[in-house]
Amino acid sequence: MADYQNLFTAVQVTGPLHHGIEQKNALSPRTGEPWLWHLAGRLGNAQIGPFYLGGLGIMSVMFGTFAFVTIGFNMLASVQWDPVQFVRQLLWLSLDPPAPGNGLGLAPLNQGGWWQIAGTSLTISILLWWANVYRRARALGLGTHVAWAFAAAIWLFLVLGLFRPVLMGTWGESVPFGIFSHLDWTAAFSLRYGNLFYNPFHALSIAFLYGSVLLFAMHGGTILAVGRYGGEREIEQIIDRGTATERAALFWRWTMGFNATMESIHRWAWWFAVLCPLTGGIGILLTGTVVDNWYLWAVKHGVAPPYPQVWGPIVDPATLQGAKP
Amino acid sequence: MINRSLKLASSLALSLIMLAGCKEPPIERIPMDSVQHGYRGTGMVQVYNPRILEKQDALNTAPPALPAVPDDGPTAKQSYQNVQVLGDLSQGQFVRLMTAITAWVSPKEGCAYCHNVQNWAEDSKYTKIVARKMIEMTRHVNSNWQQHVNNTGVTCYTCHRGNPVPAQVWFTLPPQAKGSDFIGDNAGQNTPGEYVNLSSLPTDPLTPYLLEDKPIRVNGPTPLPSGNRHSIKQAEWTYGLMTHMSNSLGVNCTYCHNTRSFQSWKESPPQRVTAWHGIRMAREVNNEYMVPLTDTFPVERKGALGDVAKVNCATCHQGAYKPLYGYPMIKDHPELVAAKQVAAK
Repeated sequence: MADYQNLFTAVQVTGPLHHGIEQKNALSPRTGEPWLWHLAGRLGNAQIGPFYLGGLGIMSVMFGTFAFVTIGFNMLASVQWDPVQFVRQLLWLSLDPPAPGNGLGLAPLNQGGWWQIAGTSLTISILLWWANVYRRARALGLGTHVAWAFAAAIWLFLVLGLFRPVLMGTWGESVPFGIFSHLDWTAAFSLRYGNLFYNPFHALSIAFLYGSVLLFAMHGGTILAVGRYGGEREIEQIIDRGTATERAALFWRWTMGFNATMESIHRWAWWFAVLCPLTGGIGILLTGTVVDNWYLWAVKHGVAPPYPQVWGPIVDPATLQGAKP
Repeated sequence: MINRSLKLASSLALSLIMLAGCKEPPIERIPMDSVQHGYRGTGMVQVYNPRILEKQDALNTAPPALPAVPDDGPTAKQSYQNVQVLGDLSQGQFVRLMTAITAWVSPKEGCAYCHNVQNWAEDSKYTKIVARKMIEMTRHVNSNWQQHVNNTGVTCYTCHRGNPVPAQVWFTLPPQAKGSDFIGDNAGQNTPGEYVNLSSLPTDPLTPYLLEDKPIRVNGPTPLPSGNRHSIKQAEWTYGLMTHMSNSLGVNCTYCHNTRSFQSWKESPPQRVTAWHGIRMAREVNNEYMVPLTDTFPVERKGALGDVAKVNCATCHQGAYKPLYGYPMIKDHPELVAAKQVAAK
């Protein structure tokens, strides 16, 4: 008898390989024969494939590869084509957007032009992949929930790299492609616009981010905990409640007085996850366009509390000398 | 530092890797000490690593002062030839200072580092010209920059610490060595920068702020937009300078700023005012004292671009919140203050 009371998958069922359901309007024959991979089965399903890329998927991969390679070759060229330095400095390397003074026009190739090319390709690739996800869901007769959740992330991506720079009138406001450089950008963004922690949409986004993590842990924990009563068959139990559901529900009523249902927990999770980038994107979009200094905004609206001064009055020395620092 | 700069000249990336590889690894591990530095509960703390402080302690001990000598008898100008700056000192004071300078700056090389010992008065060695300018600089700093050095003051030892060239000087970094002009521009950043604590921030924030006079502040004065066009990229350059300052003093951001608003002076610790004057002091020292010496120095003392060695926060501070932990060496050398000097110039 299978025992699901485990944090790791203890049971690996192997059976006949399957291509999935019959489809009336398959766009292409499914590619390749599926195979079993034991290590993959330790994490999820051991069956790899069949794959389906289709026209949208192939174009998306092509544009994405082009963007990836454009970024990579710029990084490699920035260390004089030295592969050793490329590896050693990889976290530092970056492809930066044009200087702010360039505005919204086309930048010289080596002063942001490559960034524009890579960014355009990456955006096309992501939008094509979104369409691919949407159409695969439709082809299988599914709802399009995954596609819309993906769209929420794309919203944040487009705010950072397209909508906000356009509203600000310069590509120089957008994010570099690089590991440390995008973190530097994030810190500098907050520094320039007076501390993003006072941006209420940033706060909402963090609440949904941490909330998603919390819900994920609560739900995963609950289902594993009632696995011995068949709780992993949660979808069946939505309409045919069994002892697993009843025990799980009672557990949460005991511990917090209220519980989700086998169905609603997934709506909670979906909305928390989707609202994280949606609210975050709003917060980014307002920064610099509508609000220039979040700290001063928070002081003005009584959000940032005053603290007692522990030092004597500190005065900006530039104002004392009449000098411009 | 000179050797380092030559490496930089030959290959920026290579030298940075070598520096990263050769540097003694810092002892970055817990436990740390944290010291409250502002109102409770606001995160205003200084975090110190006691193992690093222990190593620094010895480096920040001032050497013992030479015994004081009387301020009478013939002056240095009367006793010696070609004494342009310290002529008003008594002969005894003059010799005492020269002895101290030798111990501070060239303990191994001795008097001959600056002087032709066959003819002490002549200016044949470039080091003597530089030393004269540096004495003027020291007096100027002690007399006119008390907002930064207070009555602690600076002496030659503050920077030199027994080295003919201070261990921490800087040169303008050469532009990126490129394989081509159409791909791979690094925008002056995105490589482990020595001046910015090996971060990926703009590699040389010292030239625009400590040599040139580029605006450091990027925040606007109003909640809503009112014409502040400073960019995020400018904020990164400022961030680079601040990283240099933090690293040079061995302190967190919260030593000078209340990080809820880096901009607000009202909420800042008073150290920020001292640091503000320090930026201007370094800028003035570089432009008024170092840059004019550019042609005096031989080429091997200059940077890759032929520029003179310059000062930054680390030149004096060398990792300490106050150089020599604030030991006022100047009390034993009042001749290095010389308020009269200002009027004479």
